[in-house]
Amino acid sequence: MSYLDDGRPQPVKKLVDMDYLLNEAPREKHFITGAQAMAEAVKRANVDMAIAYPITPQSEVMHLVGDVFAQGHIKEYYRAEEELGTMSAIAGASRAGVRLFTATSGPGLMRGLEAIVSWSGHRVPAVLGILTRVINAPLSIQPDNIEMAYMMHCGAVMLHAENQQDTFDFTLAAFAIAEKVDVYIPVAVATEGFFVTHAKGYVDMMSEDLGYLDFDSVASPVPAMDNETPPARIQRDAPVQKSNFMSYLIHSVWQQEIWDSNKRAMKYIYQYLGGPIEVQNPEADVFIVASGCAAAQAREAWRYAQEDGLSVGLIKVKAIRPFPADEIRDVVKNAKALIVPEHNIIGWLCKEIKATIPNGGIVVEGPRVYGGMTLPVELIMKEIHDALGLEYDLQL
Amino acid sequence: MSLKYITPSERFKRYLPKDYVELIDYGPFGKTQDEAGPGNMGQFKELVEEHPMCSGCWMAYYIRLIFASLPKPEETVTIGTAGCGRLAISQAAVPFIYGNYGDQNAMASGLTRAFRLRFPDKTKDVITIAGDGGTMDIGFSMTMHSWIRGEKFTTIMLDNEVYGNTGGQSSGMSPKGAVLKMAPLGKDFEKMPATDLAKAAGCVYIVRMSPTNIKKAAKVIRRAIFVAREVGPTFIQAYTSCNIEYSIPTEDVFADAKAQEKDRFTFDEYMTDAAKEVIERVEAEEKAAKKAKKAMEA
Ligand SMILES: Cc1ncc(C[n+]2csc(CCOP(=O)(O)OP(=O)(O)O)c2C)c(N)n1
Ligand code: SF4
Ligand SMILES: [Mg+2]
Repeated sequence: MSYLDDGRPQPVKKLVDMDYLLNEAPREKHFITGAQAMAEAVKRANVDMAIAYPITPQSEVMHLVGDVFAQGHIKEYYRAEEELGTMSAIAGASRAGVRLFTATSGPGLMRGLEAIVSWSGHRVPAVLGILTRVINAPLSIQPDNIEMAYMMHCGAVMLHAENQQDTFDFTLAAFAIAEKVDVYIPVAVATEGFFVTHAKGYVDMMSEDLGYLDFDSVASPVPAMDNETPPARIQRDAPVQKSNFMSYLIHSVWQQEIWDSNKRAMKYIYQYLGGPIEVQNPEADVFIVASGCAAAQAREAWRYAQEDGLSVGLIKVKAIRPFPADEIRDVVKNAKALIVPEHNIIGWLCKEIKATIPNGGIVVEGPRVYGGMTLPVELIMKEIHDALGLEYDLQL
Repeated sequence: MSLKYITPSERFKRYLPKDYVELIDYGPFGKTQDEAGPGNMGQFKELVEEHPMCSGCWMAYYIRLIFASLPKPEETVTIGTAGCGRLAISQAAVPFIYGNYGDQNAMASGLTRAFRLRFPDKTKDVITIAGDGGTMDIGFSMTMHSWIRGEKFTTIMLDNEVYGNTGGQSSGMSPKGAVLKMAPLGKDFEKMPATDLAKAAGCVYIVRMSPTNIKKAAKVIRRAIFVAREVGPTFIQAYTSCNIEYSIPTEDVFADAKAQEKDRFTFDEYMTDAAKEVIERVEAEEKAAKKAKKAMEA
């Protein structure tokens, strides 16, 4: 093993493409937390630079990423001054043509949001972990995923992980998706704080001697601003710096391109993650549609319903952006009711689904828990029975 | 690669915009200060040629001066922010990055570190150029922490003592008593001690000045850049009056800048020993190169 100037070891790795890394390389089972799963993914992603700012429940992830840096798997890592500084530094570093990772939670996401929502416009292909946490008052540090609603309209790709395994796979895939030349926008990988980050689950992982191919600073729709990568970039933003018709026009066509890029990410979500949704029992009358941790509870309810012989199906939504509108519409075309359990008060997933299907009236609003409460499976069972016109004795 | 990558091959030149070709042939890329520097501004193709800033704006003049003073324009990246200055900075023939208001020093922290990891053996100059509001008010924490962390880039504050771009509101850098928008009864606290703050935060080369003397101003800009390459964060607070918001008649702009030299912008240059060492070495090298060239010509 060789050593870097700062004394860190320099692990010898075999660099491979994402298809091999994610879907072909042999894996071994580990029993680890969601935070470990995210950091293990970063370890294998051949990240150039990670920037950290602590907030519960994210801190655990970025501590572990710090260890991954100390072990030599990442070239540069530092704790920034706060989240706006963190997210701005990511935007700055990205102009030099490097692979970047950071993560945050609820209030941290809000504080960094001004910078984060401009990453897509700046074509920053960074990966952002969102380990969900309550925002707004009164204070709670528990997992409520309402902050994801604020991320949904900035052009970034958003994946929502159900468990530790998803967290590992989605995070790795995120780097490849973000860096596709026809995508080249940030990818956020969200999962519930504590429920996933601080709980252990089984995760199948490939060897850490494997790493994702080096970041290719040339394969980009906007060349790195490094005074090296042709075509010579004398200026990038000038026309937008004036308040004139050109600036309105440039902004509008540029943003159209961002959202088209977001749509184009879908084919890579199929390639690396087998598609944006997972469907169980596609012929069912009633579907539970859920993402993240709510999908784990939905899966449990679906299993009970199977045991009781009820006509219930499950749709797990893995991609929040691009939203799998066609896929969901297709599965539910003959459904009589859709139940949408969520970990937030506003029901952002429910709203998306209602806006997606032609017969929004079949969508049941909830059940929802918030403030970081757990989501009892019984609440979902009650809605299933109501939808099927059956009695249910709800006992919590 | 950098000089090479902007230089078109001879046969390709006729397909490129004339403006671009002239910039390469007659601009400051790869030239010394004697060939194309502040001393002969107007006699070569400048990096900033046009801008939409107010006529007589002293900030516009200083920005022109910054670009004419760059030691290596072909290896420089500037980061700006909301405020009047970016209207000109963004039009210079040097890569310019714009994020959000006040985030310039955080962006530069990421950029500088990423450059150093990608090009460990090369010189890449990163300079943030922002207004007093962007540097000392909204961007305060990011400015200070970039210095505290010892980030190796240059911070230039265009201090017009007001929020110029948004129509003349008072800023932390406005002098006490100034009647400006959002301080209708006059600003009731002191102008922020920017250079003291820079010193406390660990800047290794700090200058406060009213840039009335072209040669001196250019020297300071170059020193700040040379020192940032090797030692640590450097900071220039330059008086760049806003003749619009302070109602300075265009013909009095220079006189006002001169007057400020004796008032809030007395020349103050601070450097650590390590910074001094770099400055002495680089300036001696420049002198020797100049002498050698003269001897060759003779
Ligand atoms: C987050 C945010 N807040 C406020 C603004 C509005 N804004 C744009 S420029 C500016 C003032 C600029 O003042 P200064 O930084 O001193 O630069 P000057 O125009 O005086 O050169 C303000 C308040 C903004 N663009 N973004
Ligand atoms: S408003 Fe003031 S600082 Fe801005 S361009 Fe005009 S004169 Fe210059
Ligand atoms: Mg100002």
